[in-house]
Amino acid sequence: MPPSSSFPPTLLSQASEPAIRKQPILSLRGITRRFPLVLANDHIDLDIYSGEIHALLGENGAGKSTLMKILYGFYRADSGSICMNGNPVKIHSPADARNLSIGMLFQDFSLIPALTVAENIALFLRDLKQIIDLRQVDRRIQDLAARYNLQIRSQVKVAELSIGEQQKVEILKLLLSGSKILILDEPTRVLAPHEIDALYQVLSSLRVDGYAIILITHKMKEVLECADRLTILRGGSVAASMLRTEANEQKLIECMFGKEMPGISRPPEADTNFKPAPILKLHGVTTRGEGAATSLKDIDLEIYPGEIVGVAGVSGNGQKELGDLALGMIPCARGEKRLFGRQAAHLSIREARRQGVAFIPENPLAMASVPFMTVLENLALTRPWRYSRRSGWSMDWTAVQKDAQDGLKKMDYSLPLYTLARSLSGGNLQRMVIIRELGLGPRLIVASYVTRGLDVQSTLAARQALLDARQNGTGVLLISEDLEELFTLSDRLIVLFEGRIVGAFTPAETDFHQVGYLMTGSKAEHGAKH
Amino acid sequence: MAQNTDTKRRATLISQKTANAVLRYLLMLLLALALFGVILLLLGKNPVQSYVDIFRSTLGSAYGFSEVVVAMVPMLITAVAVALPSRVGLINVGVEGQLYMGACLAAWGALTFTHLPAWALLPLMVFLGMLGGAAWAFFPGYLKSIGLVNETITSLLLNSVAPKIVAFLIFGFWHGPMDTNKTASFVPAARLPAFLGTRVDLSLVFALGLLILFWYVMRYTRWGLEMRAIGGNPQAARRNGIPLKAYQVGIMCMGGAIAGLAGMSLVSGYYGLLLANFSTGSGYMGFLISWLSFGDPIGILLVSFLVAIITTGGNLLQLTQGLPYAVINILLALALYIVLAKPTFIKEAKPAR
Repeated sequence: MPPSSSFPPTLLSQASEPAIRKQPILSLRGITRRFPLVLANDHIDLDIYSGEIHALLGENGAGKSTLMKILYGFYRADSGSICMNGNPVKIHSPADARNLSIGMLFQDFSLIPALTVAENIALFLRDLKQIIDLRQVDRRIQDLAARYNLQIRSQVKVAELSIGEQQKVEILKLLLSGSKILILDEPTRVLAPHEIDALYQVLSSLRVDGYAIILITHKMKEVLECADRLTILRGGSVAASMLRTEANEQKLIECMFGKEMPGISRPPEADTNFKPAPILKLHGVTTRGEGAATSLKDIDLEIYPGEIVGVAGVSGNGQKELGDLALGMIPCARGEKRLFGRQAAHLSIREARRQGVAFIPENPLAMASVPFMTVLENLALTRPWRYSRRSGWSMDWTAVQKDAQDGLKKMDYSLPLYTLARSLSGGNLQRMVIIRELGLGPRLIVASYVTRGLDVQSTLAARQALLDARQNGTGVLLISEDLEELFTLSDRLIVLFEGRIVGAFTPAETDFHQVGYLMTGSKAEHGAKH
Repeated sequence: MAQNTDTKRRATLISQKTANAVLRYLLMLLLALALFGVILLLLGKNPVQSYVDIFRSTLGSAYGFSEVVVAMVPMLITAVAVALPSRVGLINVGVEGQLYMGACLAAWGALTFTHLPAWALLPLMVFLGMLGGAAWAFFPGYLKSIGLVNETITSLLLNSVAPKIVAFLIFGFWHGPMDTNKTASFVPAARLPAFLGTRVDLSLVFALGLLILFWYVMRYTRWGLEMRAIGGNPQAARRNGIPLKAYQVGIMCMGGAIAGLAGMSLVSGYYGLLLANFSTGSGYMGFLISWLSFGDPIGILLVSFLVAIITTGGNLLQLTQGLPYAVINILLALALYIVLAKPTFIKEAKPAR
């Protein structure tokens, strides 16, 4: 749901006044951080000014979180420097960051539910006395709350507060502890529309009082309404940096997803005259997202044999849940789910797998493999019935090895089979999962971020394997953040935003821009047919 | 071929690791003994003489050795009752209670079917014992599987319920004509046969058989593979189609059944009757041993043997050194702390990627 923020014109006019003449309160130069698989930050330069809202945009994996975690002292940069008011500083821990009056508001809050608001805030105060004068703390809370419109009942236990109220408490906590630079990591993700408006009012008045605010977000509309300056990251480096007055949605999407249209080599169109029964059919399915999970809302989706259905979306908008729903990890709270023509709302995962569902999850280490088992043992896990002999009393490891070698040969991969999965590189781990899931003719493949961590050649082999499976009548649910991949492989595309399908197209009917708009919660120019 | 070098490298790595592990345990044992020696010194006793006494009284004679084995058997069985659930990530602290319920049901069988011959009665008692233990473990397992309560808490709490039930049955219905706190002696057919005039009985065979079966199942079977997967990464195991909840309930019950077997062995072999509060912490000892040996079958055997020596020899320390039996608990606690602290005496070479 696109937020319906509206700001008083006075705030907007203030916002448009550039602040370049001042010295930046914080300036990052050449920040580089490498993780085993990726270069998360590649020589990033960033200037933050007081009295400004600076929005940090980018896809997941673009390096926003890493950069902010470096700034807040969770990670250390491999190289690069941070200056505050022109003086170089060292930030080696969150405590260092707090001493430099940098405060961070996390997506999942760090409040203690059993304590009252005042107690929670007192815990965070830097000048907390041995004997706590809660009344004095309370007075400080109320003063500040009145000033920034953050009124809160401070004697109430945090457990009783709504998410929006908890966020207010978090902000008060940061302000009272003297933070001057506030980092907000997707603050509106958990909020209702009216709460979003209120939050931006608060941010605007903080800006007027000279606070520097760094806002990490995906939601373009909000950014364009409230930020003063925008920096867009792509693939670990700065793709663009601009004032809000210079920005528009189209420009931002181009910066976030890359300008170049792909050389599309679309697979032969599926025969549209003949419609066999769908492999997977979801009708009006709603799930209950627990904890950090996104709830899927009213999902209608059919996957036919010999068809690749691509799912586009910024991660965290229900892709993981959609994959898990197809596999049977999470139940339908409402609606109908059919697999291979049969009612499947209560089908066990083992049964689904027996019937030919393959599953490549977004995180092969956490969701698909057992680290302390060898690759060969991991390969046997999805089909133990195929390899067990003497009704389970022994395992035929030669058969596992043979299947593995066939699979490796077909994909032209190589893998050490007797190494612990724990010691595989990310790419090899992904290869292991691909071999296991795509071997032996699955009938439905749920594939998330298949090519993540793979080199060019392995990527091509994996894509080819998906196309081959499609040719053999397998249905594929392809979840990806790589629009190019989705446009190249898919017969149909759906776009997920906040757990809903907000667009359904064939790749020919649409383009990167339209999908990009929908992914970020903006209204499409051409109405999405749904 | 790549996989040959792979296998070879793995083999040398494993043998190297085993050697390191043995050395580590020996050093840990020495450290525990040294610390305990300091305590003995502080009490004004001669530690060397104490250790010699322990050694003489246990391994110095055939009788002493047989007594060590007698003490070791229930430890072995209860340790497996903890180790098996631990492989799927369940912490079974409830062995003590499961043992009581197993003993209770087995005793009921022994008192009821007195006319049966031994070849029928003993298997029946084994079955009943295992059933009792399994039933007692079902509740924690089931509550865990539906995500309601942690099995650690529930199984632990049930430990204080089971002995009360047993006591209630004994005091109320089952006590013998001359006693209030124990049943009449079982008929000979309900007694596990003992070997060579010692107090070592058939339960030794149960224990060793169980240990071998445990090792074999974990190492070679399909269920072992699936259980290791659950223990290693429950999330992935579920997505791979392994029925997590069924395993949680089933394995917890199996752990309970094994604990019940230990209870049956104690009443049918060691005591020959059911006594109120007959077990003084066998279940907890099994827990200790299982964790000391990290659930490894060979480790369970070695640690049980060692603990049995210490507890049996400890009895003697009362006589020779005039020490209270409780000091033995100090030694055991020291050993536990040292193992759990995982000291690294040797820097292990990192395996090359």
